[in-house]
Amino acid sequence: MNLLDGAVHLASVMLALAVVLAFIRLLRGPSLPDRVVAFDLMTSVAVGIMALYSLATEETVFLDVAIVLALISFLGTVAFARYLEQRGKK
Amino acid sequence: MEVILTEWIPALLVLMGASFMLLAAIGVMRLPDVWMRMHASTKSATFGIGCMALALAASHLHDLGVVMRSIIVIGFVFQTAPVAAHMIGRAAYLMGVTPWRGTMRDELEGRYDPDTHNLASGNEH
Repeated sequence: MNLLDGAVHLASVMLALAVVLAFIRLLRGPSLPDRVVAFDLMTSVAVGIMALYSLATEETVFLDVAIVLALISFLGTVAFARYLEQRGKK
Repeated sequence: MEVILTEWIPALLVLMGASFMLLAAIGVMRLPDVWMRMHASTKSATFGIGCMALALAASHLHDLGVVMRSIIVIGFVFQTAPVAAHMIGRAAYLMGVTPWRGTMRDELEGRYDPDTHNLASGNEH
């Protein structure tokens, strides 16, 4: 086992833990913006996991998936923010 | 030299990126109000994605397509994350989410028009 494999294994454990912590905040988060922030963090970590996966398996096509997921995550967050703001207006 | 470039630097960058993302998740878990959580998640997670993409680029230096796509990921995330965070923060403020009780002062208080959501600068006269 070389150095990069060990680093990738350790990093995937850390990213899995990060998803779990963000998910706990998604379940608990007292207000709706808290949940949106936690969801945004989960998609960011998913982009990181895809970069890690394409590093581990040499399947660089997953990098394209990471680009698309980052775009979808941004659009989703902006849509949620617009919705929350419009809902608070009335 | 080759080993340093294709193993040590990517391993270091991967571990750095994963640590920052874990730090972001711990911040989102433990910080007391939505703006603090948002600052933890936005800044650290963006930097973590940057490190991960740089690690991928460093381990595939012979493949220009992978390097360019990594740079695109970095550029895209670094441009969109602050915009998304600003929009959520603004929406949370306008919704009336209560700040942490230790907050010293609220500089936006009374500056937002409750009907139009326009922000006044305070220097209108």
